[in-house]
Amino acid sequence: MIRFENVGLRYGLGPEVLRDLSFRIDSHSFQFLTGPSGAGKTSLLRMLFLSLKPTRGLVSMFNHDAATLSKDGRATLRRRIGIVFQDFRLLDHLTTYENVALPLRVLGKDEDDYRAEVVELLHWVGLGERINALPPVLSGGEKQRAAIARAVIARPQLLLADEPTGNVDPSLGQRLLRLFVELNKSGTSVVIATHDIALMDEYDARRLVLHDGRLHVYD
Amino acid sequence: MAEPWDNRHPTRALSGGPATRGPAQRVTTPIVPSGSIAGRSLAAVVAIMTFLAALTTGAATMVVSAASDWQSDVGREVTIQVRPVAGRDIDADVRAAVATAQAGAGIADVRAYTKAESEALVEPWLGSGLALGELPIPRMIVVKTVAGATPDFAALRKALAAKVPSASLDDHRGWIDRMRTMAETAVVAGIAILVLVIAVTVLSVTFATRGAMATNRPIVEVLHYVGATDGFVASQFQRHFLILGFKGGAIGGGGALALFGILGAASAWFDRTPGGEAASALFGSSTVGASGYLAILGQIVLMAAVTALTSRRIVDETLKEID
Repeated sequence: MIRFENVGLRYGLGPEVLRDLSFRIDSHSFQFLTGPSGAGKTSLLRMLFLSLKPTRGLVSMFNHDAATLSKDGRATLRRRIGIVFQDFRLLDHLTTYENVALPLRVLGKDEDDYRAEVVELLHWVGLGERINALPPVLSGGEKQRAAIARAVIARPQLLLADEPTGNVDPSLGQRLLRLFVELNKSGTSVVIATHDIALMDEYDARRLVLHDGRLHVYD
Repeated sequence: MAEPWDNRHPTRALSGGPATRGPAQRVTTPIVPSGSIAGRSLAAVVAIMTFLAALTTGAATMVVSAASDWQSDVGREVTIQVRPVAGRDIDADVRAAVATAQAGAGIADVRAYTKAESEALVEPWLGSGLALGELPIPRMIVVKTVAGATPDFAALRKALAAKVPSASLDDHRGWIDRMRTMAETAVVAGIAILVLVIAVTVLSVTFATRGAMATNRPIVEVLHYVGATDGFVASQFQRHFLILGFKGGAIGGGGALALFGILGAASAWFDRTPGGEAASALFGSSTVGASGYLAILGQIVLMAAVTALTSRRIVDETLKEID
């Protein structure tokens, strides 16, 4: 599904922060992306999300060479990827329901066609009572779940999560991990970027470890 | 601890499942909040600019209309002046000039002013009570042309010179040319002001759009993250600016229409007074007419279009920078 071959990344004229990355992300797979702070986890996630271009190497996304994609082509491919940011990136002027429905609205779908689906998903992530709440009044955990719901509402083939437990207590972190596992069981490939070893110990999954700009894969 | 997702499968949730419909309000919120765009001030700028543009158009329309009326009136009448020359019978010269004029093609009516009428013409300048009969006062002959006809004044002038050497023909060409130049100048000045007004509007909208894009950059980024194309993002902004443009244009253009409406009504009332008739004859009508009102309505649409197109261009440029 996703293939990186000898990918390198540098910012400006600086040294390469990521070197010779070669790995695959298969359909229905689950992996943690880990490494010390500053190792380049977020940069790699951004490349996976097509918001950062590598300086060398091949990135193939869903059988498309990422280097040859137009801007609209990237937008179209992004619809097959869901992303959960560490800082949630919810739009404060939209309700929880509207935030979660945003990817479907962008796709031009009619609200009558997706309304029940969004409401059901919000119930599923435990936000059934917060449907009309605005993000500023949601707790950290609720925002995280709203962000996850937004990331999966369009049924992406790949879900990327950047430090999804970074802003929540360990108990909620474990609960969110179970949520990601459930999503994976439903067929979505999951990549969770985290440096929380305790969280990774909770679930036996493939680990992509970034260290000194290189990637080590532990299947 | 049991979780909402423990006993249900996400695919069921994502397939609409057993519709557990909550009391979610329907999507009504615009993706780009109106409050994040300097809406009121921009609408005010567009309103003022439309008002000024409409005033300019209305004024230019009135000048052109008045000039056209004058040209039409003056152009349908020429005068022959017969000067008294020693040794010639002026009455015979007048008769000969009248006969020559009547013989021309496209002439509707020829009327020679009597001696008394000619003297009366100079009385306002020389005063009454003078023995005007002793002065060599020229005699006037008014020649009216057939509407729409273009008589050959050069031939008439030539014929007069042959038959009545003391007669001269004045077809008011100089006046008409000056009038036409004045009307054309008014139109050019109007167009120049309109161009300036549009330029100011474009600049104002440019600044407002850049501000709106900067304020809403996080929203643009989120839209890109959820798979929105640049076209979708741009349409979210363009909708706001098109509405703002129409609002501002309608307020400004509506104000101008109301002003010209009041002016027209006042003019109609004033025209019925003795002084009004004279003013109307001198300055022309104070109403913009149907074409003027149509032009102002067109300007409302033009200003809305200028606002929308400018904002779209700036949004597109900004989106190219956000990659």
